[in-house]
Amino acid sequence: MSVRLVNISKEFADPERAGGLMLAVRDMNLEIGEGEFVTLLGPSGCGKTTTLRMVAGFEIPTKGEIWISDEMVNDVPPNKRDTTMVFQSYAIFPHMSVEQNVGFGLELKGRPKAEIREETAKVMEVMGITELGKRRPDQLSGGQQQRVALARAVVNRPRVLLFDEPLSNLDAKLRETMRVEIRRIQQTFGITSIYVTHDQAEAMTVSDRIVVMEKGLVMQVGTPFEIYSRPNCRFVADFIGKVNVFPVTVTAMDGDIRVRDPRGMEIPAGSADAGVKTGGDALLMVRPESLRLGEAARESEGGGRAGGEAFGEGLVTKAVYLGSVIEYEIDAGYEKPLMAISHDPINGEFYKVGDRLPFSFSKKAAHVLPKR
Amino acid sequence: MTESRSSRAIGAFRRIARDPLLLIISIATLLSLIVFVAYPLLSVLIQSLKTDGGYSLATYIDVAKSAYLRKAFYNSLMMSALTALAGTLIGFAFAFAVTRANVPLKRLFNIIAVIPIVSPPFIGALAIIMLFGNNGLVTWNLLKINNFPIYGFNGLFLAQVVTFFPVAYMTMKGVLESMNPVLEDAALNLGGSRFKVFARVTLPLAVPGIASSILLLFVETLADFGNPLILAGSKFPVLSVQAYLQIVGMYDLPKGAAISVFLLVPSVIAFYLQRAMVRRKKYTTVTGKPQASSGKIVSPGARGALFAFCLAISLLVGLIYFSILLGSLAKVWGYDHHLTLDHYKFVFGVGFKAVRDTLMIAGIATPIAGLFGMVIAFLVVRTKVPGKKLIGTLSILSFAVPGTVIGIGYILAFNHKPLALTGTLSILLLNFVFRYIPVGIESGTAILQQIDPSIEEAAVDLGADARRTFSKITLPMIVPAFFSGLVFAFVRAMTAVSAAIFLVSSRWNLMTVHIMSQVESGNLGAAAAYSVLLVLIVGAAISLIRLILKARYGRFGGNMLHF
Repeated sequence: MSVRLVNISKEFADPERAGGLMLAVRDMNLEIGEGEFVTLLGPSGCGKTTTLRMVAGFEIPTKGEIWISDEMVNDVPPNKRDTTMVFQSYAIFPHMSVEQNVGFGLELKGRPKAEIREETAKVMEVMGITELGKRRPDQLSGGQQQRVALARAVVNRPRVLLFDEPLSNLDAKLRETMRVEIRRIQQTFGITSIYVTHDQAEAMTVSDRIVVMEKGLVMQVGTPFEIYSRPNCRFVADFIGKVNVFPVTVTAMDGDIRVRDPRGMEIPAGSADAGVKTGGDALLMVRPESLRLGEAARESEGGGRAGGEAFGEGLVTKAVYLGSVIEYEIDAGYEKPLMAISHDPINGEFYKVGDRLPFSFSKKAAHVLPKR
Repeated sequence: MTESRSSRAIGAFRRIARDPLLLIISIATLLSLIVFVAYPLLSVLIQSLKTDGGYSLATYIDVAKSAYLRKAFYNSLMMSALTALAGTLIGFAFAFAVTRANVPLKRLFNIIAVIPIVSPPFIGALAIIMLFGNNGLVTWNLLKINNFPIYGFNGLFLAQVVTFFPVAYMTMKGVLESMNPVLEDAALNLGGSRFKVFARVTLPLAVPGIASSILLLFVETLADFGNPLILAGSKFPVLSVQAYLQIVGMYDLPKGAAISVFLLVPSVIAFYLQRAMVRRKKYTTVTGKPQASSGKIVSPGARGALFAFCLAISLLVGLIYFSILLGSLAKVWGYDHHLTLDHYKFVFGVGFKAVRDTLMIAGIATPIAGLFGMVIAFLVVRTKVPGKKLIGTLSILSFAVPGTVIGIGYILAFNHKPLALTGTLSILLLNFVFRYIPVGIESGTAILQQIDPSIEEAAVDLGADARRTFSKITLPMIVPAFFSGLVFAFVRAMTAVSAAIFLVSSRWNLMTVHIMSQVESGNLGAAAAYSVLLVLIVGAAISLIRLILKARYGRFGGNMLHF
């Protein structure tokens, strides 16, 4: 089922604020297609959970309309919306067994006992919790509770499946397993899903599209690739992973995109946001892992590679060995040191603090952001 | 903004209209609270303003002009304040001894300090009459003093302190237990002397709890009826008894009503002050798991003094219960102390109807009150029904109002059509139900605030309406707290006297009222026998519920009962 949010805003009373109101969500518009998996991503307090709870019906928008399929659901109470949620705290009913928890939604719908048993068993099988059926919730581990919560939501075949930071209470390893699981289950049943998280890696793994939010506003909507490599503003670029950003002047926008950095060097860029104009001030962003270092960079000295590649040298000011990668900070004469990541250290070169390090980055890796 | 507010109100209304049961229940709850809580109180106010055909303040002026009633007002306030201070002091000493000082016999002290809570509130007065009265064991039989002046201030003060210090003990114990003793250890570690640590750390942290306990005791003592009816005597008038005498003795309804308004106002003020403090207390006392105290902040000398003090009070409490037991078995108290079962034969024979009535009324009223209280707690804590604030305020009101005032309100409100209920079983049941709803609300609210709301949201999300969410999810989770509240309500109902004394009739009587009238007619043995039976019934009920909860919910369930 498709979900449409049309111009929705949500105000909360907040006596501590001037005017007594807190705007949690402002004029939000979003269309989610049938079977699509969309993630609302943003820092805490950005309005993502409020939006999710409005779709579930626990909050009513102050303005705007929420459509599920072709029904306007603003006045439909949560129990009649047919949207099921996986809660952050799991919200497993403590006085019911695992089976009873999973079957509860079907029981409420008045399905015959045999059908409930069959459906419950089927979903529990897919979730890998068949043998936990008779257990009580307090005998389950965090990961098992998570699976029960997911099974309980999925078994109803809801119109929309909602996830409220479902993995935030799990340890790092389990989180990685579960996000793949969630994606698999969603694909298996093909249920339209909205997922809320503040963890960008989680968002990248599970989503078809990501909605980045900040202070109640939608900043950008796009596929994980678009959000990561072609952000439309500094906030999104910063929020999704590490990034090098430095001020530039745009020198050309027709066909080739070229910018001039503060030291006067001309740099070719692969893409630019729509808000960027020739002659204006802008920001150039390059992800740390896109910097080529050492010998690999030397090859492109003088713009050697096809399409041109930016090249520079700097002093290593910090080198942190993390096992799978080495993280460097390089003073290349910009306001802030450049961050760089060198992969596969065991087959590559090591640099120490104080070493001179050549670096380069491709035109594709350079993206121009509006200066806001 | 007003536009969005009104559209929000319309949205809320539309949603509630989709769940009509919730709306019906909240309207029914509100209506019943208005009829059985607000209307009786309003009747008292109206009655107090009635003067020959019109309305005026004449009765109030009358009351204020009477030197005797002015004295009653003064006595009531003075006695309540003194009892509150003394009771809190003793309660604090007990709580400190049990939680911090690691004194010997601390388990016993804990039990001694809890027993009076589950006993009829006038048992102290009864025992004091038996020990120090005209035929008292101590004064007459041992010291051969005739007419020892026990009636009036001395006796009443003693009785009320013994009756109410346990309330302070429970409050102070909670406060001291939730205060992390590591703070005291840290202060000692910084080089403070024991006294300095107590004065600069323990006491300041306990101050909000102490103040709240003083106010609580003030309210309870002011509302106390049983002790003063037995012990105050005519030379030491107090308001609750004077209001009763005006109505039952002189049939002067306006005057009785006016006196009870004088009683009502300070009670309600103190009650709401106390609630406001408790709400703030959340920030002032340090929360956390109860932790064992190292007991290092009490010097051996202080420990000895605390122990002696607690032992003395415990002996007094023990003496009270012992004398009641002895009195129930003695042929004629003060003259013939041969053991006999005559008084019990009377109680189980001629007087057994009162026992049956009491059990039936408490047995019917408390589950209803408990369930009703839970429903209200659910409405107030978890739903967005309109008028829920009013529901909360009205239902708590019957806690703040002295029983005497409620009793008078009920006879004024329900002695004529359309609700002519005086003398019936219904009026007693209704009174008990609406009087003990707050017990259910308090325990329901406490437990609901501990349950993650998303558990109920999950049920709604899966398609449950309000009724099914409550019956299938909320209720099963709060059952232990429900029973715990139920026991407390049952104890209060079994031992209540102040409101009920106005509502009993020849057809329906209560044990407590019987005890009062046996005392009045000098039949102490029968009064004692009734009291022993009452304590046994209450004790049995508590043990039974505790056993059931333990069997059904394990250790967790057993711990829900804080007696």
